[in-house]
Amino acid sequence: MSTTPDAVEQPDSFAFTGENLEKAKAIIANYPPDRQASAVMPLLDLAQRQHDGWLPRAAMDHVAEVLEMPPIRVYEVATFYTMYNLAPVGRHHVRVCTNLPCWLRGSDDVVDTCRRSLDVDLGATTEDGMFTLDEVECMGACVNAPMMQVGDDYYEDLDAASTESILAKLRAGQTPTPGPQNGRRGCEPVGGLTTLTEIKAGGKSRGKGGGKSGGTA
Amino acid sequence: MLRDQDRIFTNIYGFADAGLKGARARGDWDGTKALIAKGREQIVEEVKASELRGRGGAGFSTGMKWSFMPKEVGPRPHYLVINADEGEPGTCKDREILRHEPHKLIEGALLSAVGIGAHAAYCYVRGEFYRETEVLERAVDEAYDAGLIGADACGSGWAFDFYVHRGAGAYICGEESALIESLEGRKGQPRLKPPFPANVGLYGCPSTVNNVESIAVVPEILRRGAAWFAGLGRPRNTGVKLFNISGHVEQPCTVEEEMGIPLRELIEKHAGGVRGGWDNLQAVIPGGSSVPVLPKSICDSVRMDFDSLHEVKSGLGTAAVIVMDRSTDVVRAIARLSKFYKHESCGQCTPCREGTGWMWRMMERMVEGRAGVEEIDLLDEVTRQVEGHTICALGDAAAWPIQGLIRHFRPELERRIVERQVAGEGKAA
Amino acid sequence: MPKLTIDGREVEVEPGLTVLQACEQVGIEIPRFCYHERLSIAGNCRMCLVDMERAPKPVASCAMPVGEGMVIHTNTEKVRKMRKGVMEFLLINHPLDCPICDQGGECDLQDQAMAYGFDRGRFQENKRAVEDKDLGPLIATEMTRCIHCTRCIRFATEVAGVPELGATGRGEAMEVGTYVEHALTSELSGNMIDLCPVGALTSKPYAFAARPWELHKTQSIDVLDAVGSNVRVDARGPEVLRVLPRLNEEVNEEWISDKTRFACDGLKRRRLDRAYVRRDGRLVEATWQEAFAAIAERLDGVAGPRIAAIAGDLADCEAMVALKDLMAALGSPHVDCRQDGAKLDPGNRAGYLFNTTIAGIEQADVCLLVGTNPRIEAAVLNSRLRKRFVMGGFTVGVIGEAADLTYRTEILGNDPAVIEQLAAGKHPFAERLQAAHWPMVIVGMGALARPDGAAVLAACRTIAERFEMVREADGWNGFNVLHTAAARVGGLDLGLVPGEGGRDVAGILDGAAKGEVEVVYLLGADEIDTGGLGGAFVIYQGHHGDAGASRADVILPGAAYTEKNATYVNTEGRVQRTARAVFPPGQGREDWTVLRALSDALGRPLPYDNLGQVRDRLTEVNPVFAAVGDVVPAPWGPFGAAGKMEAAPFASPVADFYGTDPISRASPTMAECSALCAAPQDRKTGTDG
Repeated sequence: MSTTPDAVEQPDSFAFTGENLEKAKAIIANYPPDRQASAVMPLLDLAQRQHDGWLPRAAMDHVAEVLEMPPIRVYEVATFYTMYNLAPVGRHHVRVCTNLPCWLRGSDDVVDTCRRSLDVDLGATTEDGMFTLDEVECMGACVNAPMMQVGDDYYEDLDAASTESILAKLRAGQTPTPGPQNGRRGCEPVGGLTTLTEIKAGGKSRGKGGGKSGGTA
Repeated sequence: MLRDQDRIFTNIYGFADAGLKGARARGDWDGTKALIAKGREQIVEEVKASELRGRGGAGFSTGMKWSFMPKEVGPRPHYLVINADEGEPGTCKDREILRHEPHKLIEGALLSAVGIGAHAAYCYVRGEFYRETEVLERAVDEAYDAGLIGADACGSGWAFDFYVHRGAGAYICGEESALIESLEGRKGQPRLKPPFPANVGLYGCPSTVNNVESIAVVPEILRRGAAWFAGLGRPRNTGVKLFNISGHVEQPCTVEEEMGIPLRELIEKHAGGVRGGWDNLQAVIPGGSSVPVLPKSICDSVRMDFDSLHEVKSGLGTAAVIVMDRSTDVVRAIARLSKFYKHESCGQCTPCREGTGWMWRMMERMVEGRAGVEEIDLLDEVTRQVEGHTICALGDAAAWPIQGLIRHFRPELERRIVERQVAGEGKAA
Repeated sequence: MPKLTIDGREVEVEPGLTVLQACEQVGIEIPRFCYHERLSIAGNCRMCLVDMERAPKPVASCAMPVGEGMVIHTNTEKVRKMRKGVMEFLLINHPLDCPICDQGGECDLQDQAMAYGFDRGRFQENKRAVEDKDLGPLIATEMTRCIHCTRCIRFATEVAGVPELGATGRGEAMEVGTYVEHALTSELSGNMIDLCPVGALTSKPYAFAARPWELHKTQSIDVLDAVGSNVRVDARGPEVLRVLPRLNEEVNEEWISDKTRFACDGLKRRRLDRAYVRRDGRLVEATWQEAFAAIAERLDGVAGPRIAAIAGDLADCEAMVALKDLMAALGSPHVDCRQDGAKLDPGNRAGYLFNTTIAGIEQADVCLLVGTNPRIEAAVLNSRLRKRFVMGGFTVGVIGEAADLTYRTEILGNDPAVIEQLAAGKHPFAERLQAAHWPMVIVGMGALARPDGAAVLAACRTIAERFEMVREADGWNGFNVLHTAAARVGGLDLGLVPGEGGRDVAGILDGAAKGEVEVVYLLGADEIDTGGLGGAFVIYQGHHGDAGASRADVILPGAAYTEKNATYVNTEGRVQRTARAVFPPGQGREDWTVLRALSDALGRPLPYDNLGQVRDRLTEVNPVFAAVGDVVPAPWGPFGAAGKMEAAPFASPVADFYGTDPISRASPTMAECSALCAAPQDRKTGTDG
């Protein structure tokens, strides 16, 4: 968010690695000629991934240069979207949803567990630089609430114990298995399917003739 | 009771392969070439006839929206823009399509593109859906490799490109013109309308923005026929729909059901019922955070479709049902949504930028009763000063939950204020 | 012509107008903050909401195009309520600091709050506070007052062409600024102060100087470049406190350059407020009589051809005609108004004017710049070029220095040979000029103020003729000279150039060095090599103690442009007048009256005793002076002198935009800007903070 660049120590320079520059070119090619500004978001993401998960000013300037945009237009974008980190973050960026559907199902427990376990407040990074804990808005996994995102992965159907276990694994250098932590596979009712039982879930519903009266497949 | 053979998203739970092989086994990409051959006009007509209403929340006729595109493709290309910026609290249906049924989306995009005369689609996926995007991108690669899309999609002669664009965390980009702005590389600030995207959209070109679910159901509508879809559900509220049931139910889940299913039936049949039984129900937000909350009395009988919910001054929205039992602090629940809208206001126009913050702060005081009783009316008035006066619908979305709260739970608000006053007097005494 | 109904009145308006404009046409005022007719439509303040029948929601009238059969209501209870609501939202986070705000008394928010606001606040929460931004020495910020109308951002991006301002963050945390703090790099930045509807951006030099109702406002003309921007001079007592733009669509629209606006503190410094006479090598204070006596004494017995006069860049026409007449009376043919030695041909007016006119730029489709950097030589005129560029379909080729002009240019090379190639149709850019319907060429002093200037001028005339830039049929004249001196066109119009056998500036300096010229009269001439005046007796008449005065033997205190009713002719040939806002300090007098008085002392009284008579004399010398405010098209004719051009590249005559003349050089504000420019700040990095 709107962190001014003066607020954190900034590196002097930034440039895409050769590999990332190639990626950037491929991304730019997704958009019509002269519309390379469209690539600003993916390129900022690329830069952030290259730079330990945060965007220094030099990276924004570099993206501006690559895309031939006025730097201020890149700053506007970088400060508008919440996924750009304008200050350093820990190796694991833990983002806990506290919006209504998650709150209804116990996100307070998840937040409390994280705070206690990591010994940091929301918005802060652990002293060892391992974790940054943030509160975020709805991440679109509401029927698997409460949930949190670590890096690129969603951890769903959490409670205090599973949260603690995930953090412990991360701390131990392991990768906990993403997804629901209560035994279900996705967004199906945990107690058993209520639909897609006539056909095998994942199978073909439409018979050869199609239509409402079509036979089961 | 909807039968499984009438369900479109048979892999919504991801039990089977999301890739091309699995998709083909489910009947995707079956005779697509022939569907393309129907041509632009017939595709639009069939979608119109199916009475499909947009699944992104506003419920506008999809076929009608397509028909707003210029009839002739001029020097400016037409674009299909797919809204996969799913972020309405309570809503997680598009995520399941993206990660478990991506080929339905891609095939739907191809057919929809033919319907609007477009040769390119940009799919804007919210940035947090990183893994979902990976699945989608793999599916896109498969589709290209199989010649299903590309220079000669399905051998039809229709050139079609599908691009995936990831967002970076902004709810407002779910608003179609903000999404276009964002896609063009700017802040996601909604545009003034007119002009509408069908005239001046992406890159200044005629564009149609459709929700993921709207696009993904198109192939089945075209394959099975408009009459099949229109025969499901209720008049003007046809077809099948993905419902997300979250909150205080025994088994939160996503399920595909017929439009118009009674709310109670939806919750009891698929979500294991309200935690502690139906009588333990306090309130339901029936269509994602933006629609007004309903008290149990209405929930007892209301049906889940656009018109029925409109009648009770709420809305189907994204069909994301948020259930709150009697243990819920409903004022805090709505205050949490107010905080969300304050956080997501883009800041462009005055009523929303200033109003969302004001409303949230008042709501926070209402939670604790730290207000005067007359401030309930002030709060209501502020919501009405925001509603309808903003560039986009986020202002309305921020106002409606509070209006719903005041409409149905005013005594609760008053009780807190009075109790706090009494407590204060007690202390003073 | 769509017909619509506004408040029950049926009106027919031009298609393409907005509802707001249609309302204005019928005299209905619509309140607004973000809307500005010279900026793109933002539609963000929502103050202009009106009710439109059959629309689901109220519409922002600034953004809604008129349509046939629209029914608009602007004065219903519903609309009043909407405005009140928006007004309240704007005010909840706006500080209640009007008493200490410089915008007070001329604040849109204040005014509209009076008309549409609640009489008391209903907002019980804490107000937002925003950190102020450092935008450089000209603009003071108080960002807590910002109402996020984005006018400044749009001005910087669209008009100034310097996309450095933006709105970062979002929602109620959105802040207007540069994000990485640095001074704005626009020569037009001060206009943002005028555009800001609240006290978020105010004038730094004018901070806490006065309240608007204390000021005496005088409509006048700027003379710090040759654009002739229309200004309003605000003074309190004897002091000019600020200069603001005045609307003139033909000239400056409603913009002025930062020099025009902020150099006015130079009017208080280094002033020549009394006469001086050099005695024993030192300038000592003198009375008018003593000064005139010293001049009369020195001139006594000196033959006319041993006297010369040079008019400076700020000289007004009344003074110049008096100087010309006085020199004629003294028998001197050595007069010149071209301090820089520009090879301008006074014989043909079209040969030294900006014939296309500034507004005419908007019609051009191809433009060739020769030896000019309009961004620093005529910042406001440059904004018109940019405006044309933004409209699309405008190609600009540059023969000269490669510089960022705020729009895209094609650099054809900084080499006079390119002019020859173009004149011969042998350069690729010739095709552009050939294909153009409305081609124009702008020749700057960088190309003319050099020994081969006459040849450059002639070659440019060839280009103009070859590419049919001058046409009788439709009156298009695409040949333009861009001056940098406010006095220049007036001087040329008055024939203040060497007469038969007369010396030009170089000749005068040469004569002075050799002793052939004994007395040199400098009318505000500071841009010459005063070291080259040899042993000549120098009379300096002017208002600032600059280069000319320090070399003078006698100093006669004149009046600056804010202190006299004077005529100037801008680069287009537009005759315009300043008006006296304050009196000259001390003994200073309006310049023509100084010359008139001196003529008496020399026994050669000039034949005019009041301003009206001098102005009659102007018209007598050149009838163009009768058409005040207008541009009289100049007939085409021969000018320049064919010849060989040198290989030396062109360089703009303006090295420092902020210090081009005695007034700006005396201005502490301009000095601060110069210093900032000279040492281009590396944008501040996080590590040095």
